[in-house]
Amino acid sequence: MGCQNPLFPRVVVVEEIRRETPDVKTFRVVAPDGGELFDYKPGQCAMLSLFPVGEALFSITSSPTRRGFLEFSIKETGMVTRALHEIEAGTKLGLRGPYGNSFPTELLKGKDLLFIGGGIALAPLRSLINYCLDNRDDYGRVDIIYGARSSKDLVQKVELFENWPRVRDTHVHLTVDVKSDDWDGNVGFVPAFLEQLNPSPEGKVTITCGPPIMIKFVLESLARMGYQPENIITTLEMKMKCGVGKCGRCNIGDKYVCKDGPVFSLAELQQMPNEF
Amino acid sequence: MKKIAKTKLVELWRQLASETGLYLPIASDGVVNFARWQEGAEVDLEALNTLLPAKKFFFPQTETVLKYSFSDDLVLEDCAGKAGEALCLFGARPCEVASFSMLDRVFLGEPVDEAYRRRRELTTVIALGCNDPDETCFCGSFDIDPGKAPGADVLATDTGDELVLVAQSAKGEELLSLLNGVLEEATSGDENKVKDAQEKAKAKLPPAPPAGGLMEKLDGMFEDSYWDLLYQRCIACGTCTYICPTCHCFDIQEYPTGSRGERIRCWDSCMYADFTQMAGGHNPRPTQKERVRQRFMHKLNYFPRQHGEYACVGCGRCVRKCPVNLDILEVIKDLGGAV
Repeated sequence: MGCQNPLFPRVVVVEEIRRETPDVKTFRVVAPDGGELFDYKPGQCAMLSLFPVGEALFSITSSPTRRGFLEFSIKETGMVTRALHEIEAGTKLGLRGPYGNSFPTELLKGKDLLFIGGGIALAPLRSLINYCLDNRDDYGRVDIIYGARSSKDLVQKVELFENWPRVRDTHVHLTVDVKSDDWDGNVGFVPAFLEQLNPSPEGKVTITCGPPIMIKFVLESLARMGYQPENIITTLEMKMKCGVGKCGRCNIGDKYVCKDGPVFSLAELQQMPNEF
Repeated sequence: MKKIAKTKLVELWRQLASETGLYLPIASDGVVNFARWQEGAEVDLEALNTLLPAKKFFFPQTETVLKYSFSDDLVLEDCAGKAGEALCLFGARPCEVASFSMLDRVFLGEPVDEAYRRRRELTTVIALGCNDPDETCFCGSFDIDPGKAPGADVLATDTGDELVLVAQSAKGEELLSLLNGVLEEATSGDENKVKDAQEKAKAKLPPAPPAGGLMEKLDGMFEDSYWDLLYQRCIACGTCTYICPTCHCFDIQEYPTGSRGERIRCWDSCMYADFTQMAGGHNPRPTQKERVRQRFMHKLNYFPRQHGEYACVGCGRCVRKCPVNLDILEVIKDLGGAV
């Protein structure tokens, strides 16, 4: 990289904003003059700046197999995300990245894949799911277990209901925490739904992202079902400011989540101090 | 090897200041800090450690990362390329100089922090060996010799009535050559005086436990009950982190004014709750216990695991300034075993 200010973003334009749920929107950003923004891998993150509010790190939810844009699914949570929810298409943002490691796409080749997601945490999984489905022959059977608080909180509905189920040997299993009139699918928490579906660990790698409480119980369920720690992959989230391993706040032990993560196997997590 | 009578130092500083920005330990309002030299400045070369560490010359307490305006169009201006000025840091102590190599590991590691790199390159460091270490000094724990500063461009040693100056880098040679008019050639007798001062200084260091092996011992201590007691007197003032020469954590904030603004970077502290408080409300370090543990583990386990050296130079600033006597030297003794 050399003589550059690693904290300096480039200007990008919000081309399109899609409302996913009452508190989640997906933002598609492009370079002002067209062309590619940067090369990245599924699981990586980037810093978005909305001036003059501030900057925050988001996982890239688009797949690098889809060129010419980046997408971020963002839940209204704090100061920056609330302000992002107010902007309109055409707004210019700052972008820097990509940051972090990525899902081990090479290691996953030839394996059956079990994705387990909850809520907004489908965002990082979606990048990998579309990457694998765009390279369909490289991967075995794909199961996607996804849950949200209610049917209206499911993100990426077009892909969940229309696109993904149509891809060969790809199975989408949805659940919601709370029943509603418009929902005739499963009702229940993700970990219980997972045990009910009981997918065999044979030849399978599971990739799970979700709120900490969901991850905790999913990991327990997976252990009961016989999944080995090295075949369980997840992502961590910490407060970040720089994204480049210098500002000193996202460490867990001697690992910086922004640089050494956010993707870790359960086997790796078991070697780290329990501070996440 | 050169030398100068201490009575003639003002001439040296005058000449240096005509060539470059000159910063020295200067007493003002009862404290000694590195400040820009001017005629009549109350330079204090006896003071061991300045109140604030010299890291501020490379990693300022507050700096502008970028400027922006967004009235018609969003325009961003990178400020890193203009960071810093040519300056000479005169009188940095060996522990201070040792801290620069730790900051280098953070800011010059990929991706290189351009503002830091510029400031570091624009600075010539004249270290001043310590002849009389304080009772709170424990640089020896980290194999730092109080009389030597291998990372400095020039090493100055007080031999009584004179300062002996030895260039240790090309930058140091260049600086000394600018000062030929005021410097004298040193003799082999001066060389012996320097060695003598260095040996005496080392012998005067209070006994301190060697830190070697501490990193390995701390590997299994994350869940240890030691932290349950240690943190209880910490009042989360953050003083230890701000005055620490190796603490490098920073925050990034916006300073908007109308349709323009600046993004600034400033020192931050792991002692504060909001350091790790996330937007959704979760805090992975919810109490002062986790924060105190983070500080000591970072310095004595995580940083050496990442970079191969401890993130402490034994300057003793935090030992002297902590309002509740939470003493890192005691922690090292407690965790590292016998002296």
